[in-house]
Amino acid sequence: MWARVARLGRWALVGGHRAFATEVCRGGGRVTAEVIAHLERLALVDFGSREAVARLEKAIAFAERLHAVDTERVEPLESVLEDRCLYLRPDNVVEGNCVEEILQNSHRVVEEYFVAPPGNLSLPEME
Amino acid sequence: MTFLFSFFSLDHCGSRLGTKTMLGRSLREVSAALKQGQITPTELCQKCLSLIKKTKFLNAYITVSEEVALKQAEESERRYKKGHSLGNLDGIPVAIKDNFSTSGIKTTCASNMLKDYIPPYNATVVQKLLDQGAILMGKTNLDEFAMGSGSTDGAFGPVKNPWSYSKQHKAKRKEKPHAESEDPDWLIAGGSSGGSAAAVSAFTCFAALGSDTGGSTRNPAAHCGVVGFKPSYGLVSRHGLIPLVNSMDVPGILTRCVDDAAIVLGVLAGHDPKDSTTVQDPFKPFTLPTLTDVSKLRVGIPKEYLVPELSREVQSLWSKAADLFESEGAKVIEVSLPHTSYSIVCYHVLCTAEVASNMARFDGLEYGHRCNIDLSTEAMYAATRREGFNDVVRGRILSGNYFLLKENYENYFVKAQKVRRLIANDFVNVFNSGVDVLLTPTTLGEAVPYKEFIKEDNRTRSAQDDIFTQAANMAGLPAVSVPVALSNQGLPVGLQLIGPAFSDQQLLTVARWFEKQIHFPVIQLQEIMDDFSSVSENEKLPSISLKQ
Repeated sequence: MWARVARLGRWALVGGHRAFATEVCRGGGRVTAEVIAHLERLALVDFGSREAVARLEKAIAFAERLHAVDTERVEPLESVLEDRCLYLRPDNVVEGNCVEEILQNSHRVVEEYFVAPPGNLSLPEME
Repeated sequence: MTFLFSFFSLDHCGSRLGTKTMLGRSLREVSAALKQGQITPTELCQKCLSLIKKTKFLNAYITVSEEVALKQAEESERRYKKGHSLGNLDGIPVAIKDNFSTSGIKTTCASNMLKDYIPPYNATVVQKLLDQGAILMGKTNLDEFAMGSGSTDGAFGPVKNPWSYSKQHKAKRKEKPHAESEDPDWLIAGGSSGGSAAAVSAFTCFAALGSDTGGSTRNPAAHCGVVGFKPSYGLVSRHGLIPLVNSMDVPGILTRCVDDAAIVLGVLAGHDPKDSTTVQDPFKPFTLPTLTDVSKLRVGIPKEYLVPELSREVQSLWSKAADLFESEGAKVIEVSLPHTSYSIVCYHVLCTAEVASNMARFDGLEYGHRCNIDLSTEAMYAATRREGFNDVVRGRILSGNYFLLKENYENYFVKAQKVRRLIANDFVNVFNSGVDVLLTPTTLGEAVPYKEFIKEDNRTRSAQDDIFTQAANMAGLPAVSVPVALSNQGLPVGLQLIGPAFSDQQLLTVARWFEKQIHFPVIQLQEIMDDFSSVSENEKLPSISLKQ
């Protein structure tokens, strides 16, 4: 094993796949202000800082490496259990009636309703 | 550094020098002791509670459920007195990672979003442990929402690796002694189940539940010198485990020896009607057979796992482990998993995409943190999420949403799913070619100091640290990290075994055989020494200087 490992060591250093460890940061210019605003609206999470946008750009650059893989005629894998039939419970009500438990963790409740602010206003533009 | 490294010649999971003090025993041994009345559940529980207090500086626990634990211990004691004990786990202290729902006990996921959230139900795996009489000591610390590989990014502070304070490590550092709480060079516990690993490593419980999405059980297990087992996807219920990546998450088991992990798996595995991703195959708990002959075993060594970033020490241990299998008669074969270098990228895309979806439920309405803004639903949601999530979580949500945008969906998300199939097929091909189990490193190296770790951001660290572990999550395969030896710095190094889907029993059997060939040393922690020595005055104890 030792000799084999030594040979592999040389192979890895010469040939090798350094792909995942050191990244080429292609940064900048990839994520437009429009996309940022769009993402913040969709996710309802704000970037908060220039660093966060830079991190997203790095993440995208990292993900670009996938395009080097040939996936011609390969089906997407959604679940490792795709060959099995999903279990479905019989449609009988056997539990429930736990309104109190469901409401107990909410901050704002009126009778049996969760209280939400008005929903027909879009998110205001943020800096 | 010798491979068959044995600081004190004893079997793993036993205690030092023949004095079998309770906390150092294996689960099976303690269970026998409880049955024989050598110790009562209440005494055992109190010992663990006392040790938890002494090791508080590790920050392994977010919540210590002292009252609940003592009450459960009393009930267990009643059962033992009547001779009606429930099984091997009755009266055994366990700890649960804080992303598993526990009824009536705060479940925070180490996030401000859930810092006051009290679930009204138990996760299925928690319920199963409680039904067997296990004693719930508390909820352990983690990276926020299980995102990270260091247990450093939680809202309640980082977890410290118990080995930072071990005699073995301190001896190698040769530094001036100082109080634990002042040690600035403490090491990370690994993540994201660092709290669970530290809790088991420091003897505060006999088993702990972690979760494993990209290696979150195996990584801290390797760094903390304990066994970290990831079951096959679909074997153990995820109902009640606050989800990160639905197609990859599994509950993980952390124990001090492989046999204990098998006992816990026996209790947890099996179809759950509340989790439709559990398989319906009938599951029978097993006792691990003692493997004596490995001549028919074929061990694969994936060549793509030999990367330049792998530390020399781990590489050497990996090589020696392969030699060990070979010298005992097994066939050791080099194999290829050609898409290995893409697996971390693939994982990154799929993980962030599923996270974006799973985190959408946190809007402040039904549970969790709610901000004070009441202008509109969207404004309220946005502010709640900004206040409740840390940068890591928000970053992943935003990345995930980016990959799921209509214009990016095919190129990133679907592409990653296709690459996932290629990765899963790599494993299938290797196992079909006549390999029973794969032997790989678990981590690139030993645990690093916290100060070093935080120099890089969470995503970069995860990409580096998950390299050997996340492929098993992508393919849904069972995998186990077994502590192997101490590094030159006196810190644990683990190696990983991966098996075909649903070969959990066979995998653990091989892991147990492997564990018995190596004698991983017991951690020497001052707090535990004191505990051991205060317990038994009549038993002979060696005269070892405990003073620093």
